[in-house]
Amino acid sequence: MKSRHASIALNGIIKRELWRFLRQRERFVAALVRPLVWLFVFAAGFRSTLGIAIIPPYETYILYEVYIAVGLIGMIQLFNGMQSSLSMVYDREMGSMKTLLISPLPRWFLLTGKLMAGAFVSIMQVYTFLLVAWFYDIQAPWLGYLTLLPALILVGLMLGALGMLLSSFIKQLENFAGIMNFVIFPMFFMSTALYPLWKIKESSELLHTLASYNPFSQAVELLRFALYGQFNAYAFVYTLVSFAIFMGVAIWGYNPSKGMMVKKGGGPP
Amino acid sequence: MKKDYMRGFVCSFCLLFSVHALADTIYVTIEKDNALAVMDGETGELLKTVPVGQRPRGIALNKDQTLLYVAASDDDTIQIIDVASLKVVGDLPSGEDPETFSLHPNGKWLYVSNEDDNLVTVIDVDTKKVVKRIPVGVEPEGVAASSDGKWVVNTSETTNMAHWIDPESQTIKANTLVDPRPRAAAFSQDSKNLFITSEIGGSLSRLDVASKEIKDKAYFKIPGVAKELVQPVGVLVHPNGKLVFVALGPANRVAVVDAATMEVKKYLLVGQRVWNLAFSPDLSRLYTTNGVSNDISIIDVKSLKVKKSIRVGRYPWGLAVKP
Repeated sequence: MKSRHASIALNGIIKRELWRFLRQRERFVAALVRPLVWLFVFAAGFRSTLGIAIIPPYETYILYEVYIAVGLIGMIQLFNGMQSSLSMVYDREMGSMKTLLISPLPRWFLLTGKLMAGAFVSIMQVYTFLLVAWFYDIQAPWLGYLTLLPALILVGLMLGALGMLLSSFIKQLENFAGIMNFVIFPMFFMSTALYPLWKIKESSELLHTLASYNPFSQAVELLRFALYGQFNAYAFVYTLVSFAIFMGVAIWGYNPSKGMMVKKGGGPP
Repeated sequence: MKKDYMRGFVCSFCLLFSVHALADTIYVTIEKDNALAVMDGETGELLKTVPVGQRPRGIALNKDQTLLYVAASDDDTIQIIDVASLKVVGDLPSGEDPETFSLHPNGKWLYVSNEDDNLVTVIDVDTKKVVKRIPVGVEPEGVAASSDGKWVVNTSETTNMAHWIDPESQTIKANTLVDPRPRAAAFSQDSKNLFITSEIGGSLSRLDVASKEIKDKAYFKIPGVAKELVQPVGVLVHPNGKLVFVALGPANRVAVVDAATMEVKKYLLVGQRVWNLAFSPDLSRLYTTNGVSNDISIIDVKSLKVKKSIRVGRYPWGLAVKP
């Protein structure tokens, strides 16, 4: 793989993803409206829910909307990861995925390029969301908006890899909705996006255990600490390892001779 | 060249110490622990906790900031504590169950409210003797002295009045009816306005000192917080005269009120049952005692944001700040 080839390919993949994203304005609006509805409607009803405990990285009492804002950043990236994997299923059905995969560049590179493009799109959505949240008095330290960026990249890649992994198991576009429901909702609700772990523990030990092992919880905590200029090493390692596993299985899944493509009849003739 | 290095080193050394000298110290009375907590104002670090009398509540520094006066309510006395050694060095004859008090700008007279006796006791802190006992309304609570020294105001919780005491004659010259259960009072720096909180009335009243009449009121409405939980208690006027900070008790908020329009600009979430307030000497920070959550909160005055809440002991009540 020559670096010139690689950069041309990467450029093409990112441009295509961006072009698709920019052309679908309603997708951008929908991606923004979803977390904003949660913020303005759902969170408004639970303003004082978090009670008296101060949990890191917060150093004082916070309103619920401040807490949930980071969970909603995670939600944006989760939906985006799933959305881009949905587009992969579509690409596969339309044949453009085949065109991409038969290029002389390594598969892992092509798939990572697609992931990066998806993560880039989600980062734009997140910063737009944070801008709106700023005017709603959800404001982090200035430096936090900068330290959030590497965390957003890693979480974007991890959730994108998860989406890609799922898409490699799906034969048809119609099946994807079911998987979305079985993955997105449990992942989102059984995480620290909506409630901190101590609050979940108050209601159920089982839920607490599930939430603490949920990679999405660790991704949200990584983002939460990063937004306040802090580094959560455990969440970082957890997210990184999750990314490596999801990515490895996804690359295997997209291998025409070994992976799921063969089992689904999508491999070479 | 070597000389320049030395000069630079010495300057850095001086700067280090001058920065350190700028940090302020907070003294917090801890009602249930019968203790006085000493904290670093900048970092919020709890430096030390020393035992004092029973149920310490009201606290103030003397004029030259070498002594602390602490109302030990269940010991029926005001203890004098040496700031340097943090040891009790004397007592003042406060009368029964002292809670709040205010030092006159002359640094000599201490006005103490005696809730059970319906009195305000005036103590000469130099001679440690009672100058006068002034009968006031039922359940006297808040006491405030104007910075020009012309007035001392006491609020009586059950009579719902502000009693205007003339320090020259040590007699009441006027009374103003205010909203139910007036708790605390604070004068503006120019001594032209007086602000009084009413716990049951849920309001902050602005009184004109010249006419002694209520000129304006602010009411508090916090989304998601029940009306009966909004109980204005401690009040503090920014020396620039533009902002008034009001502790809203079990609403767990400090309200920031525009002194001119009496409109609430912002509610700041702090710990549970926020009670009393104090500024840092450079006015960059506002400290609050949060009784039920056992902590103090530090508010950045410029950005009007709560920066930190730090545990300090059981039932922090009053605070005094020394540069």
